[in-house]
Amino acid sequence: MEATQATPVKYDMEVVRWFTIAAAIYAVVGTLIGVYIASELAFPFLNFDLAEISFGRLRPLHTNAVIFAFGGCVLMATGFYIVQRTGSTRLWSNGMAWFTFWGWNLIIVLAVVSLPMGWSQGKEYAELPWWVDIMIAVVWLSFGLNHIMTVAIRKTSHIYVSNWFTMGMIVMITYLHVVNSMAIPVDMVTSYSMFSGVQDAMVQWWWGHNAVGFYLTGGFLGIMYYFVPKQAGRPVFSYRLSVLHFWALTFGYVWLGAHHLQYTALPDWTGSLGAAVSLAMIIPSWGGAMNGMMTLSGAWDKLRTDYILRFLVVSLAFYAMSTFEGPVMSIKTVNALSHYTDWTVGHVHSGALGWMAMVAYGAMYHMIKKLWGVDKMYSESLVNVHFWLATIGTVIYIVAMWVSGIMQGLMWRDYDEYGTLTYTFVESVSAMHPYYVMRAIGGAIFHLGTWIALYNIVMTVRTASAMRGVNAVPAKA
Amino acid sequence: MSDHDKIYSTKFQDKIERSTVLMFVVTAVAVAVGGIVEIVPLFYLPNTGMTSADGTFNNTQHKDNGGATISMDKIVWNPATSAHKTLNDWQPGDGVRPYKALETAGRAVFIREGCFLCHSQMIRPFRDEKDRYGHYSIAEESMYDHTYQWGSKRTGPDLARVGGKYSDEWHRRHLKYPREVVPESVMPNYFWLDNMPVNVERTVDTMKVMTMMPFNPVPKTIYTDAYLAGAPAELAGKTDMDALIAYLQGLGNHVKFEEGVNYRD
Repeated sequence: MEATQATPVKYDMEVVRWFTIAAAIYAVVGTLIGVYIASELAFPFLNFDLAEISFGRLRPLHTNAVIFAFGGCVLMATGFYIVQRTGSTRLWSNGMAWFTFWGWNLIIVLAVVSLPMGWSQGKEYAELPWWVDIMIAVVWLSFGLNHIMTVAIRKTSHIYVSNWFTMGMIVMITYLHVVNSMAIPVDMVTSYSMFSGVQDAMVQWWWGHNAVGFYLTGGFLGIMYYFVPKQAGRPVFSYRLSVLHFWALTFGYVWLGAHHLQYTALPDWTGSLGAAVSLAMIIPSWGGAMNGMMTLSGAWDKLRTDYILRFLVVSLAFYAMSTFEGPVMSIKTVNALSHYTDWTVGHVHSGALGWMAMVAYGAMYHMIKKLWGVDKMYSESLVNVHFWLATIGTVIYIVAMWVSGIMQGLMWRDYDEYGTLTYTFVESVSAMHPYYVMRAIGGAIFHLGTWIALYNIVMTVRTASAMRGVNAVPAKA
Repeated sequence: MSDHDKIYSTKFQDKIERSTVLMFVVTAVAVAVGGIVEIVPLFYLPNTGMTSADGTFNNTQHKDNGGATISMDKIVWNPATSAHKTLNDWQPGDGVRPYKALETAGRAVFIREGCFLCHSQMIRPFRDEKDRYGHYSIAEESMYDHTYQWGSKRTGPDLARVGGKYSDEWHRRHLKYPREVVPESVMPNYFWLDNMPVNVERTVDTMKVMTMMPFNPVPKTIYTDAYLAGAPAELAGKTDMDALIAYLQGLGNHVKFEEGVNYRD
């Protein structure tokens, strides 16, 4: 892990602080939009006949806000934090890090404007207009270059495992974003993909699944490998397992996208290949989850008192759960039922809320204390309240989606005794209503937790700043 | 310091871990493989709806029940061999064709409003999907769909073969106030599309862009200069609602499917 250092290193942490606060804010915004669009599906009058807030326009804003605004700020905060601390060095370029911060936030503002306006490219998770795509590439590369160059100037001999995962993410997301965004513009708000039909579908899901695989999984595993050992006060359970975990995921995850296209017009071999590799990914994923969990061995008692550790451990449980569920859903017979249903939505959220957001909050709470030099959060019990809201909200959400998804799939394929379809499509829509309400409630509970986290973080920062003001001169002389 | 020289894994892994350049290069290669293996072949293998220079779609061979190969001209409309020579003469069953001017405008509305987030356009080869939506979708049917619209979720029904299923009037009423026609629907109201004139310039430019695509461009023999020149007249006075209905009514009736033929390989 970190080398022992004789003299304290000065780190560039101001930009990390800003990214962390931004992440806490975007979590509130992103989940708020999520709750709203979930409610629109339960109660369509909530579209209020306004184009800008209709489901079809707000849904991309929700996904972009949680993935790229919240997730992105978390990844950049932790990326810059970890790479400095594990390398005992300052950032390669503090100025470039600020360029990344303002650039990324400018892109988020542009998303908030363009998506409700309907300036969509029509590709899931890549809806933003072509010229924003170019800005994303530039800002992303500024983050990547800075991170990799900071790895290069590290004072330690080995590159720490977290940085492997972050580097893998930087490279892969660059590939994905560039290829999937290849389009010919018609005007400033319209452009069409250079690919069509089968090829475009495969490129899209190569992007779509690997944004999950390398950004929401790989990047957040980098977080896990640093903050779980730090918070537990113990070294990673197995270094060798982390080597296997990294290379197996790095090589293997790329193949999975095709499982989104089973039984479509995509040739069967591609989907089957994607499914086969998906099944194989259970092994490294569970190896990694175990590696994180077992890091606590001998320190399990800390879970009773350390609420931050609870976030981290429960996130690993959800990681293990979703990396089992995912491969199961990629099996052709299961996929025939689950595809096109809410089960997919539930699966995504068990990963996004249970794994990604939970590990992110664990890391954020840990970082906030270090970044502002305090021993405790403003309120430890509010951390606990947030933990339970997040856990309960996530569970309600995914249970609702399991039931509705499987029910939808079964209703669509059901035949009566005369050999005709038992249900019309709209009967399946009305059968979903109670589960859509339940999902919105689960989401709202999770969303409430993000407000509590934001409040707790702001109060911690304010208290720390006030203390610093009082103790400014003599304290540690 | 001897601890730092100890190798805990393999020599190669240890070497990678100590070198930023090696770590970067090996990772960059490892993550590239899967995508190359799964994506690149789709540009030259048969059954992917990819145009090849010789007009055989990379040797795609759909065979009828007698074992004879069905001409690709019957699946993808070819004005040179078809009895119907222009886009406006084209008839359902003549084969896959690119979108007409008004449909192109409608497709832009479909994408703008995020319809694909709730409606798929990809019917899978299952009995229930055949009974509910029609013949399964084939690769050629979306070959002109730059930015494919297969979708990933059916909050509403599949639309791949919705063309001709309902009247224009039904669509208009349904799009305006879905719950007046289908009380259980959760679709937003789109009555305001009726007040939005079609963007003529953007639509014509879109059709021009479609002829410039590096993969599966629309042939200039279909989007002829004459057709593009006549497009503004076809779009004159039309609303986004008219365009969207035209787009929906044109979906899924291009190919005349023969019973018992396997169009998937």
